[in-house]
Amino acid sequence: MTSFLSSRAGSSLTTEAAASPLEISRRLAWTRREFLRSAAGVTLGGALLRFSPTARAQASPIKKRKVIVVTFGGGARDQETFAPEGQENIPHLMKELIPQSTFFARVVNRGILGHYVATASLATGVYETINNFASLPPEHPTAFEYFRKDLKRPSADTWVVAPSNGFNRIGESSNRSYGQGLGARVILPKHLLTAAKSSDADYAHLLRDNYETPFYTPQLGGGEFELQQLETILKLSAADFRAHALTLSSPDELSLYIVRQLMREQAPSLLWITMHDIDIAHAGTYSLYIEGIRRTDRLCAELWKTIQSEPEYAGQTTLFVLPDFGRDSDDDAGGNGFQHHRTGDVLSRTTWMMVLGGGVRESVIYDRPVDSTDLVPTLGALLGFSASQSQGKPIAELL
Amino acid sequence: MLPADLKPERFNSYPPEARKLVTANLATLQRLPLTFLPSLLREAIDYDYKFPAERKSLDTELKKISSLPIAEFGDWFKGFSEIHLSKEMENFDWVGSPAQFVENLSSYLWTTHQLDGFRKAAIEYGNRLHEAIPTEAPPFQRLGITVVGQGVSSYNEQLFRKLRPHGAYFKNVKPDDGLKILLDAVAARAKAHASPYAHWYIDGGQEAEHDPVLTAVSYRALEGVRATILKKMRTEIDQPGMGPEALRTALAQIRPRDLGLSDASDPVLDRFRVRLLTEGSGTQIYSTTFAQWAAREALRRAQPLTLLVRFAPRQRQRTMNELLSLRPEQVEFDPVGSLVDADMGAYYNWLNQQRLAGAEQSAFLVWFENHGDAVAISPAMPRGTESTVATDLKQLLSWML
Repeated sequence: MTSFLSSRAGSSLTTEAAASPLEISRRLAWTRREFLRSAAGVTLGGALLRFSPTARAQASPIKKRKVIVVTFGGGARDQETFAPEGQENIPHLMKELIPQSTFFARVVNRGILGHYVATASLATGVYETINNFASLPPEHPTAFEYFRKDLKRPSADTWVVAPSNGFNRIGESSNRSYGQGLGARVILPKHLLTAAKSSDADYAHLLRDNYETPFYTPQLGGGEFELQQLETILKLSAADFRAHALTLSSPDELSLYIVRQLMREQAPSLLWITMHDIDIAHAGTYSLYIEGIRRTDRLCAELWKTIQSEPEYAGQTTLFVLPDFGRDSDDDAGGNGFQHHRTGDVLSRTTWMMVLGGGVRESVIYDRPVDSTDLVPTLGALLGFSASQSQGKPIAELL
Repeated sequence: MLPADLKPERFNSYPPEARKLVTANLATLQRLPLTFLPSLLREAIDYDYKFPAERKSLDTELKKISSLPIAEFGDWFKGFSEIHLSKEMENFDWVGSPAQFVENLSSYLWTTHQLDGFRKAAIEYGNRLHEAIPTEAPPFQRLGITVVGQGVSSYNEQLFRKLRPHGAYFKNVKPDDGLKILLDAVAARAKAHASPYAHWYIDGGQEAEHDPVLTAVSYRALEGVRATILKKMRTEIDQPGMGPEALRTALAQIRPRDLGLSDASDPVLDRFRVRLLTEGSGTQIYSTTFAQWAAREALRRAQPLTLLVRFAPRQRQRTMNELLSLRPEQVEFDPVGSLVDADMGAYYNWLNQQRLAGAEQSAFLVWFENHGDAVAISPAMPRGTESTVATDLKQLLSWML
């Protein structure tokens, strides 16, 4: 998080510094919108939409509704995704998911750009300021706590599947009115695999942890998923789990495998999946970063197919896909392009969100600014809880 | 302590040239806000190990700040002065450990939501400095060369997509003796325009035979140093309570002699080499990252007149723990993935070169090693064009320069 300070007297190659952050953000959203309009054939949302024939799917009754949130892999830039030269990396998003979705082209993250703290902020609707690398719970109530307390839902009804051991406290906050016993259960697939694996098999490729600090894996504390629960909750023997894991190629594939099992066996109403493969970019290898984007694109499409094929989810699930934040632009001399998200520049703060499923208009794009803290109140409006401490507002276009 | 309380003896631990610099400018330093000064001291404390271009830049910056009239001085640092710091930050040993203070400041700004204000102040300061100090054009045309694709026999995807719009794409370049031609050309420039640290050769693998007149850095030559650093990292990680910040601090404190580099060699270059491995992310593991980061840092810090960067195959991706402990004979390479890395790396090399003075006159060549594809960028080359004319690298360079 420090390199912007090293550019104390650095110069910028372009005129980005001359434009206001607001203008850069607006321009980014506009180009993203135009890319999508031309490539995916989506319609611009706005006042005319009220009279548009664009289909709005029927929302299911609130008690039966399910919501799945996917954070898109650790952040990717437009030039590797939505820009014309990047679209080859996200064929599934472009051809399958975006045409079915309402797309927000300008989601602004005003918080700390570290993955744990940013994901915690998305989950609470408040810009959290906890140490990104410490094993700490969020300070404000999470969506999972609002959901369970307001709606009196059991713990099995909301789950988080997270990539890094550092995310083991994301399920519930330290807030006195909520907190312990009211949050989501957290599955750390890599932790599970470590516990289940036999010593001689090659699972190493699935056990990569935090790319931002690749040499450091925090000690676990809090409510991690215990190995013996493989059988009781996921209905999966350790041997089957190990055998299947050997067929997978990345930590996010392992996460999706667990998610499918969870959907089948527990059918939670609020499910949160944090993907992370793209964050290999921190190692500075462009080819691995691109591979991560392509894999995440494919996994999002596979998840959507799973939603359609699972009776508990088909027709009554709303899927949110959004990055926690972006990555540094090539134009900021203080960064090193795609490698990090350290400059705090506008591009790394301006991301997107696609929403698809029950009750969501298809093939529509909005470029008005949406704040990343708006997610939790929106989930509240869809599921029927009140995100009373969130700083955000429900997104009207989704209600 | 606040800057106004600074005394010369506070700098007794600084190396001699650094001490001389800060004590000579003490009156100016005392007037600077605490949100700004440690980042200046972070540069000053390393003055003895800086490249000539960096020393000159720091001297000029201090001279400019010292000459500002009172009202203008206030304007320049207003944004920094408006940032609130905690007592804890004020009490930190920011004179003795300015880099650590800056690290802490970064976290502090994020958590107190003052980052945007700081960023704005930093950009404004940079722009003022840029405007106030006339840019000095390099003594002759700057040249960057990047060689990619070592070990790749064929590649069907389009190369140099980001660079082609800026220059001419040649698809029929005779590859024979290509690397030697380029290294000879770079050495000839070094001899014709001799200047310390002005002509560089960076290799992501084993250095090819080259003239010792070049400042050379290679991944292979640092293998022993890398192994020692990785061992230190493993030891640090195993310490109870070790976190990423503590690890970064521990790495930043490593000095060349801790790694077996002799004081008798080139202390400036040795410090540079070690920092590539202790401050870079991924440079310890992937040779393509090392080559790109080394080029970025050489351009940013030494501002070379000539820079040849050759990428080499990196190892395949495995878990970080495995990568940290692999023996050389266990390493598997990924030449095609490395070519993709290097293609982007070449673009970054060009971008970073364009950030230096004389950018509009500078020249840049990227070549697919042992193949016929190259992009030549210079004022003499028509942008966004393609040529099938048969040529060789020597002729190509002569057209560019």
